[in-house]
Amino acid sequence: MDFELSDDQVALSEGVRSFCEGRFPIETVRELEGRGGVDRALWRELADLGVFSLRLPEADGGAGLGWADTVLAFVELGRALVPGPLVWTHLAAEVLPGAAAGDAVVAGFERDDPAGLLEHPDAVDAVLVVDERGIWQVEPAALGLRHVGTALDPLTPIAHITEPLPRGDQVGDGDAAAALRLQGAALTAAYLLGLSETATELAVAYARERVQFDRPIGAFQALKHIMADMFTRTEVARGAVYAAGVTLDDPAVGSVPRAVAAAKVTAGEAALDNGKACVQVHGGMGYTWEVDAHLVLKRAYALEPQLGSGEVWAEVMADLLDAAG
Amino acid sequence: MDLRYTDAEEQFRKELREWLGDVLPTLPPKPGPHDWPARREWDTGWQRMLFDAGYAGINWPTEYGGRGATLTEQLIYLEETTRAGAPYIGVNFVGMLHAGPTLMYEASDEQKAAHLPAILKGEEVWCQGFSEPNAGSDLASLQCKAVRDGDEYVITGQKIWTSFAQVADWCELLVRTDPDVSKHKGITWLMFPMDTPGIEIREITTIVGSSEFSEVFFDEARVPVANRVGAENDGWRIAMVTFGFERGTGFISDLVETDRLLTELVALAKKVTRRSATAWDDVALRREVGRLQAEMDALWAMTKRNLAQAARHGVPGPGGSVVKVYYSELYQRITDVAMRVLGRAGLAREDVGGLAQGTFVEERLRSTSFTIAAGTSQIQRNIIAERILGLPKDR
Repeated sequence: MDFELSDDQVALSEGVRSFCEGRFPIETVRELEGRGGVDRALWRELADLGVFSLRLPEADGGAGLGWADTVLAFVELGRALVPGPLVWTHLAAEVLPGAAAGDAVVAGFERDDPAGLLEHPDAVDAVLVVDERGIWQVEPAALGLRHVGTALDPLTPIAHITEPLPRGDQVGDGDAAAALRLQGAALTAAYLLGLSETATELAVAYARERVQFDRPIGAFQALKHIMADMFTRTEVARGAVYAAGVTLDDPAVGSVPRAVAAAKVTAGEAALDNGKACVQVHGGMGYTWEVDAHLVLKRAYALEPQLGSGEVWAEVMADLLDAAG
Repeated sequence: MDLRYTDAEEQFRKELREWLGDVLPTLPPKPGPHDWPARREWDTGWQRMLFDAGYAGINWPTEYGGRGATLTEQLIYLEETTRAGAPYIGVNFVGMLHAGPTLMYEASDEQKAAHLPAILKGEEVWCQGFSEPNAGSDLASLQCKAVRDGDEYVITGQKIWTSFAQVADWCELLVRTDPDVSKHKGITWLMFPMDTPGIEIREITTIVGSSEFSEVFFDEARVPVANRVGAENDGWRIAMVTFGFERGTGFISDLVETDRLLTELVALAKKVTRRSATAWDDVALRREVGRLQAEMDALWAMTKRNLAQAARHGVPGPGGSVVKVYYSELYQRITDVAMRVLGRAGLAREDVGGLAQGTFVEERLRSTSFTIAAGTSQIQRNIIAERILGLPKDR
């Protein structure tokens, strides 16, 4: 057993991080707000980096990597707040042409999701709908989309689905759908972990700089303890997120649903709690649009319910305990 | 990243499991909680069995008679012994995990030879004389003084929270040898024989009614200068050395126990009825328990990462403070949920009416100490904030 990143995994992480620093600095992310959160050229660069094709065989233009590696890439994407339906497009790479290469932007949701909302309506070329029986491809035009002007997350624009949801063309069976749910929840957890990391870094940087009562506010224990908790939540969730990736690759080491549940519950909570704490540590500035803290919190709220909220996965975990006992 | 055990690791687990299966049924009955001479005999007897089987000092280097096991083997050892219900390290705790390792790093060859083999075989029991009534979280402010008189130190003062003092042979004692320098600089580390005249031991009764802690009073007790480990006034550094010995295995037994406690909590919730359904039928409770288990699993994964990082780089990942803060508070939350499930059944501290309230009530009370002992959660958060996040000190 050696649960530490390999040299290749460290290189992958660092590669995605430096790409994000170069192509998705926070100024660029903010600019994307006016453009539906997705820029085609940047999306293709993400594809060229391998974000959507990492796991495809090398013969199909992929890198032949596993879930443990992919999870690391998604932590970095979350860290940089890269917008767009990254998880769904990655999941679509195997079933929809163009997704892997970055030619098709793919969003998705679960059929029984009562929200009736589609993310990134102006950008998406295809929509995946998942239910017990399979994975279905639906044309965005068939959804009768009505724009919702005020989205929670300025970088996650939404439209309301006004037409009855069509059955769609089947692109995967029930087993594939079940697998997709687990995989997508793990990648979402990874992105959320990245968000919680960023929230901690923003808070710590501000607390070291901001002076009140003649000293940096980070010297006060009341604030230190908030940030110590932010770091602790992140590191605990990191264990679960990495373990979910490893378990998806090698189910012999443990129960996949259980590993995913642990990741989604802890990473979702870390992202939400750290997002809120990040605003708090910034004080009045944290309440402004100008400071980035709100972007982290809003993205956390936008993604925490994706493919099962923490509450849903906590129930899954309880069911698994039931079955085990 | 790899979570698979190697064939060699699986073989180690199999042999250990077989050995535990053979010897555990042969153990005499466990003595009562306040019968300290019998408890010493029981705990040191187990230590001797471990020694004879080659499992004593699983984490000690082979040059000191230990097994020198890899960190993954240590993980397996702690998992298997805890799961099998093997005796705890008990009165051997300080010798095996604290004083012994300190001696390995800092003592003279003569001192090592005199003590390390005896600790390993369960022939010598150690206690720790660090905390004082006025030196708790601020340990370096300790005042128990040692005055040099020829080739002896004369010790006067008081120690508190000394575990197993009533049955210990030796005490790792921190004393003030220079009151005129800054507080970290005037401290010396001594090996103090517990049969020295001039000491008095008074047991402390804890909130669970147990008596493992004592106060120790020193009234001009004399100890040879030869019992000093390291240089005079270098004791603070020596006391800190042991923390460098920690490789992230510190809470593994506790995690195994906590997993078991959660399983027992589910069983309890299935038995307790309220408003004509069982507590386990309540979705809110199920979610809460599911969440606790998710956090437990995450903590396990983090521990495995810490071990891998310690094996690779010499130090465990984000530090013991993170595990301690999270584990201790998670455990308290689990026992809080159990108390809520129990309701009035929690008035009893033993199993009554087919419910397992004994464990839960006991653990709820006992776990109040988890966020206090070995560095309070508040001190741990300061450590995380200052040493890991680099936030400025408020001093």
